[in-house]
Amino acid sequence: MLDSIVFYFFAGIAVLSAALMVTRRNAIHSAVFLITTLLSTAGIFLQLRAEFLFIGQIILYVGGIMVLFIFVIMLVRLDVPLPQIRSRARQWVACIVALVVFLEAAFIVWMSQKVPGQGLLVLRAAPAEKLPPNTEDLGKSLFGAYLLPFEIASILLLVAMIGAVVMGKKRTDAP
Amino acid sequence: MMPIGHYLFLSLALLLIGAVGVITRRNVIIVLMSIELILNAVNINLVAFSRYYGDVAGQVFALFIIADAAAEAAVGLGIIIAFFRNRETVLADEMDLLKW
Amino acid sequence: MNAVLQGVLAFVQTWWVELLCAVLIVLVVPLIAGYIVLVELKVMADMQARLGPMRVGPHGLLQPIADAVKLLIKEDLIPDNADQFIFWFAPVLSMTAALTSMGAIAFGPWFQVARDINIGLLFVVGVSALGPFGIVLGGWASNNHYSIIGAIRSTAQLISYETTAGFALVSGFLLAGTLKVSDIVQAQYAGHVWYVFLTPVGFFTYLIASIAETNRAPFDLPEAESELVAGYMTEYSGFRWSLYFLAEYANMIVVGAVGTTLFLGGWLRPFPHVAWLGWVDALPALLLAAVGVYCVMRAGKQPARVQAMFMWVVALLCIVVALIFGLVEVAHASNFAALQASHSFLLLRSMYPGLYGAFWFLLKVSAYIYIFMWLRFTLPRFRFDQLMRLGWHILIPLSLVNVISVGVGLALESSLGWNRWPAMILTSIATLFVGMLLIRWNDKHAAAASASIAADNSQVEDSYAG
Repeated sequence: MLDSIVFYFFAGIAVLSAALMVTRRNAIHSAVFLITTLLSTAGIFLQLRAEFLFIGQIILYVGGIMVLFIFVIMLVRLDVPLPQIRSRARQWVACIVALVVFLEAAFIVWMSQKVPGQGLLVLRAAPAEKLPPNTEDLGKSLFGAYLLPFEIASILLLVAMIGAVVMGKKRTDAP
Repeated sequence: MMPIGHYLFLSLALLLIGAVGVITRRNVIIVLMSIELILNAVNINLVAFSRYYGDVAGQVFALFIIADAAAEAAVGLGIIIAFFRNRETVLADEMDLLKW
Repeated sequence: MNAVLQGVLAFVQTWWVELLCAVLIVLVVPLIAGYIVLVELKVMADMQARLGPMRVGPHGLLQPIADAVKLLIKEDLIPDNADQFIFWFAPVLSMTAALTSMGAIAFGPWFQVARDINIGLLFVVGVSALGPFGIVLGGWASNNHYSIIGAIRSTAQLISYETTAGFALVSGFLLAGTLKVSDIVQAQYAGHVWYVFLTPVGFFTYLIASIAETNRAPFDLPEAESELVAGYMTEYSGFRWSLYFLAEYANMIVVGAVGTTLFLGGWLRPFPHVAWLGWVDALPALLLAAVGVYCVMRAGKQPARVQAMFMWVVALLCIVVALIFGLVEVAHASNFAALQASHSFLLLRSMYPGLYGAFWFLLKVSAYIYIFMWLRFTLPRFRFDQLMRLGWHILIPLSLVNVISVGVGLALESSLGWNRWPAMILTSIATLFVGMLLIRWNDKHAAAASASIAADNSQVEDSYAG
């Protein structure tokens, strides 16, 4: 009961502010609504008993990536509304494609109910009244079974960092 | 306990909203933000399945996706700043250097 | 309807301690923040050999209340070209983040709103990291050049120093082996040591990074009054401005609480294992009684009647709390069977550890905040490039090396069977050595960079001279 109330609350906020984020004209407003979406997704993680991801989402996504986005939006100074020559046709195409994909996926999810025994919708979680020690589990499998992917991810981050520095550097020798 | 379908529908909705954003918006920064939204939708799926199967692997991969999103944002924003410095714009349909 | 009411009642019955703590935090923190401002004024006055606020109340003790009333009845302005919604929303965001993050701080053994979360201290750090959004968005929404420059400076500063603070916290987490707030304090109790002695470098990097994160002098570039009027707060007035102000001071309490929990032993009294220091237990009662007696003595000399009455109320409160402390303390030491059996005493006894812990915890947080004030009135403000160089060239490498050396020390302890003390002292010395190398290397390059900046400036001057 409480679980589903929490879920619908956060899911409603997430979808609503995601829609607002895509439609706002001002980039900062978009960023604010994206932050709202990310925070309510963090709430859904908490509802799914994934506490470490909840705080990881807040620290990394909201506290790190979104700060970077807002920083860049301020740097490129898009305060003035952009000249709007948006093509109506493209919007319609996008909406129709999205709707079709949604119906298709909904149909698949609905059909999977009918599969005997292994139905998707009858999947039940292990009974967990108290929160499991989520952080410890995550750390153990991150440095145990998934050590190699972890290292690859760190190399990816290093490469991205170097790339960003090279991109952002002022070229003084350019003509 | 709620059926997992609810999470799948939420994730689907966020993914499609993000896709619509990528297709329709002209401002490259907002396109990048829509991509972040899509990655986030994937995360919801992973965490929901990790919860319902009682396996922590899904959360590990969600962490990798967050790391990936950070890398993507850093490089993407670096490109945007470099482009803005050269062309004074961040609109997608004015990035037409090849059309000269 | 009845079912809803019953549900609410059951909820309150189950969670009344947590609800009480939450209400207490929301009510008391703004008051404490106001009094920190007064203390800051007094400390500043003391360092500059003057008296500070003296008019309202004895030694200006009622000054924060007068300030609050002034701010509340001030006109509330919103600039025409401001982004109305974000302008309204930004200060609220700052304040909410600061207050929410206090939910997971343990002020005493049971004095904590969210007790059983195993991300513990990370929650505090993560949620308080949302506060700067209020600054950035507020600065942007004001539609004012000074505000935007303040906001951009604040973002850059935050990104740079958050990393250092994170690494410093990791070194503490490694020593404690847990993220849970109460377990961290228990680990320090069991290990007979505060972690500031095991990893001094971690504590000092956290101290510097936390000053930068709360935008305090000498790192107060986002609101540098000589350069940017008031930075991101330029367009704010009245109640919204006071929200920013409260958020800044609440954030100081939060970073102080995190530092205290992780490095200064949380709610433990100094030397909890040394038997002959047992009289320290009586210190809270004695201190409160002394404050009460002082208030009684001053109450007769007040110029206005309201002030005298206020002093009497404060005196009464102090003495009652001191009596509670003293009574429990005496009963704790002696074994009055009749007293211990009585019901009200049992309640007092169960409250005692929380109150007692809160006393020591707040004392340590005050000491931490005093360091902030001390630095503020001692050091001149940094230039922005100096700030960035300190962050990226010295603090981040140093805290990274510190994490590695704490890990090495723990490995020495667990696999080679060393004692924890020599291992930690050895690795701390190694870290300090690396730090000295970093500073030397940086000094060499900083001189060159400053010279080039000076050359740029002189070129500009030349062009105007001609």
